[in-house]
Amino acid sequence: MRETLDPWPFVIAAYALGVAATLVLVGWSWLAMRRAERRREEARAK
Amino acid sequence: MHAFANPARFLRIARPLTPILLLSGLAITAAALIYGLFYAPAERLQGETVRILFIHVPTGWLGMAGWSAIAVASLIELVWRHPLAALAARGSAVPGAVFAAVCLASGSLWGRPAWGTYWVWDGRLTSMLVLLFLYLGYIALAGAVQREGGSSRIPAIFGLVGAINIPIIHYSVIWWNSLHQPPSIGMSGSSMAGPFLWGLLAATLGFTLLFAGVVLARMRALLADIQADARLRRKAMEA
Repeated sequence: MRETLDPWPFVIAAYALGVAATLVLVGWSWLAMRRAERRREEARAK
Repeated sequence: MHAFANPARFLRIARPLTPILLLSGLAITAAALIYGLFYAPAERLQGETVRILFIHVPTGWLGMAGWSAIAVASLIELVWRHPLAALAARGSAVPGAVFAAVCLASGSLWGRPAWGTYWVWDGRLTSMLVLLFLYLGYIALAGAVQREGGSSRIPAIFGLVGAINIPIIHYSVIWWNSLHQPPSIGMSGSSMAGPFLWGLLAATLGFTLLFAGVVLARMRALLADIQADARLRRKAMEA
């Protein structure tokens, strides 16, 4: 007989993982873009 | 197509579009996930675990769409030498890898209560894992080519060859016996009930907008790095 598991820890873990990974990806991409564009402006100004 | 090959023209379009895509993507994804977690009904057979659908399916779709974008951009780069195509391919790699990893992890978390195991080496799961490894290989290869000054045609060829895995992932549940269910949404319609289908479409739209926004942000970062390096090299030669 198969064990019956409480589904909620799995559901919450999947949502937490998905949301955290997406937010880190968006934040990292935005900050990396801003940093690179600032570096380009500094190189032009030199 | 060559009208968009000009980096200045690309930046004129990408600058206002990036925050619009990211903000609208965040809003739609948040609404869809709140619906999925708190308001979507439990499913008759799968119970509450069906809520993982709203994370698992859009990220899986975007994991595959990301490599399809790499393959198309690589082909454009190889055939037409489009200067932004290499940036588009490289810009799709990190978000594609992240979404492929989230798809695998959320599927594993869904598999434990639904199948009784986190992992089985069947066609769908294994081909999706291969896709994640292809992404990691592509990111390492493209990074090495940029650092060492090699030909950008090498990652482009890798991107094209890796595309063979996309139809394998798609048809794996049809070709081979699998614990994974066959597609619920096809060209001819959907076997999914309305409350799940509309929530899933909203989540897919939200994640897709986020994906597009992240690709534009990555392309802008890569372009700015190339332009800054070129400017600094020119200055050093003049000095």
